[in-house]
Amino acid sequence: MARKLLLTHIDVPGIQTFEVYRQQGGYRAVEKVLKTMSPDDVVEEVKKSGLRGRGGAGFPTGMKWSFLAKPEGVPRYLVCNGDESEPGTFKDRFLMTHIPHALLEGMIVSSYALGAHTSYIYVRGEMMPQIRILERAIQEAKAAGFLGNNILGSGYDLEIYVQPGAGAYICGEETALLESLEGKRGNPRIKPPFPAIAGLYGCPTVVNNVESIAATVPIINDGGEEYAKIGIERSTGTKLISASGNLVKPGVYEIDLGLSVEEFIYSDEYCGGIANGKRLKAVVPGGSSVPILPTNLILKTANGNSRLMTYESLADGGFQTGSSMGSGGFIAFDEDQCIVRNTWNFSRFYHHESCGQCSPCREGTGWMEKVLHKIETGHGDLSDIELLWDIQRRIEGNTICPLGDAAAWPVAAAIRHFRDEFEWHINHPEDALTRNYGLAHYADPLAPIVS
Amino acid sequence: MLSVKHNEIVEFSSTLLDQFAEVVARFPEGRQKSALLPILHLVQAEFGWLSPDAMNKVAGYLGIEPIEVYEVATFYTMYLLQPQGKYVLEVCRTGPCCLVGAERIMTHLENKLGVKEGEVTADGLFSWRGVECLAACGYGPVLQIGPEYTFYENLTEASVDQLIDDLSSKTN
Amino acid sequence: MAEEIKLKVSIDGIPIEVASGTTILNAARQIGGDIVPPAMCYYSKLEGTGGKCRTCLVKVSKGSDKDPRPMPKLVASCRTTVMDGMEVENITSPDVVDARKAIVEMLLINHPLDCPICDQAGECKLQDLGFEHGSAQTRYEFDRRTFERIDIGEKIQLHMNRCILCYRCVFVADQITDKRVHGIIGRGDHAEISTYIQNVVDNDFSGNVIDVCPVGALTDRTFRFKNRVWFTKPVDAHRDCPTCSGKVTLWYKGADVIRVTARKDEFGEVEEFICNTCRYDKKETRDWKLEEPTPISDQSVIASNHYTRFNPPAVIENDPVLQEQNLEQLARTEKLK
Repeated sequence: MARKLLLTHIDVPGIQTFEVYRQQGGYRAVEKVLKTMSPDDVVEEVKKSGLRGRGGAGFPTGMKWSFLAKPEGVPRYLVCNGDESEPGTFKDRFLMTHIPHALLEGMIVSSYALGAHTSYIYVRGEMMPQIRILERAIQEAKAAGFLGNNILGSGYDLEIYVQPGAGAYICGEETALLESLEGKRGNPRIKPPFPAIAGLYGCPTVVNNVESIAATVPIINDGGEEYAKIGIERSTGTKLISASGNLVKPGVYEIDLGLSVEEFIYSDEYCGGIANGKRLKAVVPGGSSVPILPTNLILKTANGNSRLMTYESLADGGFQTGSSMGSGGFIAFDEDQCIVRNTWNFSRFYHHESCGQCSPCREGTGWMEKVLHKIETGHGDLSDIELLWDIQRRIEGNTICPLGDAAAWPVAAAIRHFRDEFEWHINHPEDALTRNYGLAHYADPLAPIVS
Repeated sequence: MLSVKHNEIVEFSSTLLDQFAEVVARFPEGRQKSALLPILHLVQAEFGWLSPDAMNKVAGYLGIEPIEVYEVATFYTMYLLQPQGKYVLEVCRTGPCCLVGAERIMTHLENKLGVKEGEVTADGLFSWRGVECLAACGYGPVLQIGPEYTFYENLTEASVDQLIDDLSSKTN
Repeated sequence: MAEEIKLKVSIDGIPIEVASGTTILNAARQIGGDIVPPAMCYYSKLEGTGGKCRTCLVKVSKGSDKDPRPMPKLVASCRTTVMDGMEVENITSPDVVDARKAIVEMLLINHPLDCPICDQAGECKLQDLGFEHGSAQTRYEFDRRTFERIDIGEKIQLHMNRCILCYRCVFVADQITDKRVHGIIGRGDHAEISTYIQNVVDNDFSGNVIDVCPVGALTDRTFRFKNRVWFTKPVDAHRDCPTCSGKVTLWYKGADVIRVTARKDEFGEVEEFICNTCRYDKKETRDWKLEEPTPISDQSVIASNHYTRFNPPAVIENDPVLQEQNLEQLARTEKLK
């Protein structure tokens, strides 16, 4: 049984409430930092832990914190990114629903470390029930003296507010989120300046994912070094994985980084294998934007090693034969799923969610969707595959924000690994409308590449 | 230009204005525009959609130009800019939910309600639409119903029928 | 006065020293010539513009003397400031040339290509961009996005089909006029310039949105279908205007002033914004003091009908034999001087 740091008390009845959370040892981290640590000590502890941003980019949290500018007389802000919109990802919803106080405790610890006195939790508007849960939790914490003025007599003041989004994937991009929080359209800003210099209202700001902030609690309680002992290489600690698709037991799992992908999919402790006794065809391991891999590349790397749930192992082989940890949105496809249709579906998503500011993303995402729809509905030409490749190549890296890359990668990976399925769709349009290409050779073991 | 066919003159109640004030107080002085998204949610919950008049009044309340409200309201997909059915059923249509049958659920909904996506049933009770990922991929197919965005998970044709029947009888 | 810090930067191998805070694009403009990246959305007179169209992408092959690492991606030259020792590649980088070609293609897939009936033709930045960087054929085979053509006020027509969403007109309304009634409505590839509800863009400086529009999306209704711009003769003129500088360009067709615009610099940017009275209500020669023919680049189609001078290449000027051969042209040049 893997250890749990974030979801330790998930099964305790009433853990949603302050009272039960506190009885289980909650808010110890707040007491510890306010009574025994300086803000810099907290930053140092988080650096030691090796914690990497859990929202998708995987940037070291402690380092991000240390970039925060601290000019005199200017407020600093901590903004929690609870926009959770990457298809395949629903861990933050789970955490906010079931243990809202873990997030609040992390917010207090992190705000103290950064010297913020007003912090916002930006939650996507569709999660109205979670917004209500957090608001209630804030009231409880405030009533118990853990928020407000002079918290626990330490002289430290903090208010936390919850801000709803209103339906826009792009607001998960940190500068779009800040624009949205300022009451504007969610157009990503042109960087530099980065939020650490000029963020919310032009003030120095740190934006962190829900899970990253919650992870500061065990880091403070146990010490950064203890946290860093879990995991492998630069993938330290535990990670929440959202498992969806054709699995026996989809859901949110807390894993030690370093677990093998095979164990995660097939063991009863986690996903319990592929639903309905079917075989696995492909996996998108980190949310819809990361490359899809066929079974034979997700279970083993190109050089024949077992693939592990770590930032490094999932990325092993680069985009040629690897993928990415992303946000931990693990989507499993069984043998009856159509990769072409799914790629079209994802590209429709990115087309729908493009903010429209910069030309390659605004125009290119819609173009890709149309070409993919044409192939999916049996009207494709073989030249469309090259065209798609060219469009995605020309979006990637040329846009204001990473949404362009996020739209390009799934198309590129689907063509890279499933080109024969695309060709089959084009060459057998009538068959493609009535049946799927099936598992084909996608689970056949590959000869390891010996370098 | 977007076709703005409907309008509805609204009056903000004192309860609603109190809620507005509570939201505005969360932000620093002079940053009241930050309250725009939450206030639009409150207005939509009250009136069912955002009419041009309602948006103009929000602009007046926050001391910003009406176009600033229109720009925001048309950017975010949760804001409804046309009158809708009493219950707007929003079904997730993105990849992971489609792997477990979301498309089937939408077809079923269309047949059951007898209206196409975006249309309102004759009794004014229901409209439905496909929406992008709702971050509940492990519990798909899912749908939500505003204004509190109540969630219905692991949908089947039977559970959708049951839901529609329940909502219909609740209203009768 | 503190000595101004000068930073060394090279663009396509051409070195220049610029003030700290200068963007790569503006450094390139100081050098001039064909190494200046095209800019469809950036506008030096409007704060906050730029970064959106991506036509000015360049490659930073050396970040600075201090940190010589190249930047991992192409950057928008209009929004990236130079560092000391920075080396930039524009037209010498195949990556940049390829990316620019891609951007032009993206900008054109939903553009109606209705130049033959567009009043902007001949002074359209997208036309120039397509000509210089585009492909001869499109690979886009789907229906193009369309919008209704609408009048936003008495004097301005909006052809949303032609818009490239540069946001310049929104910045004009925010920064030059006292009230903004139009903006960006919707999102993604269905975003549009709009007033949302029926509304009129009308205040003393609203006409400037026409001048900043790089394409034919916002055009002057009083000039609509009056003439092709290359059949008109632009002349700089001024008047004492209580509202603006009164410095304009008059566009003559024969003896008639058929259009008034602000004066534009070599990068197509307005030098000084003008008021609506100057633009719409002063269309008689007697309203103005004429200065001189507006300088027009000999690359522009507008120059094609104003052949005033034969520019003898240096090789002719220095060679008596060639001078003899070209007597007639040289004589005419003298006459027109």
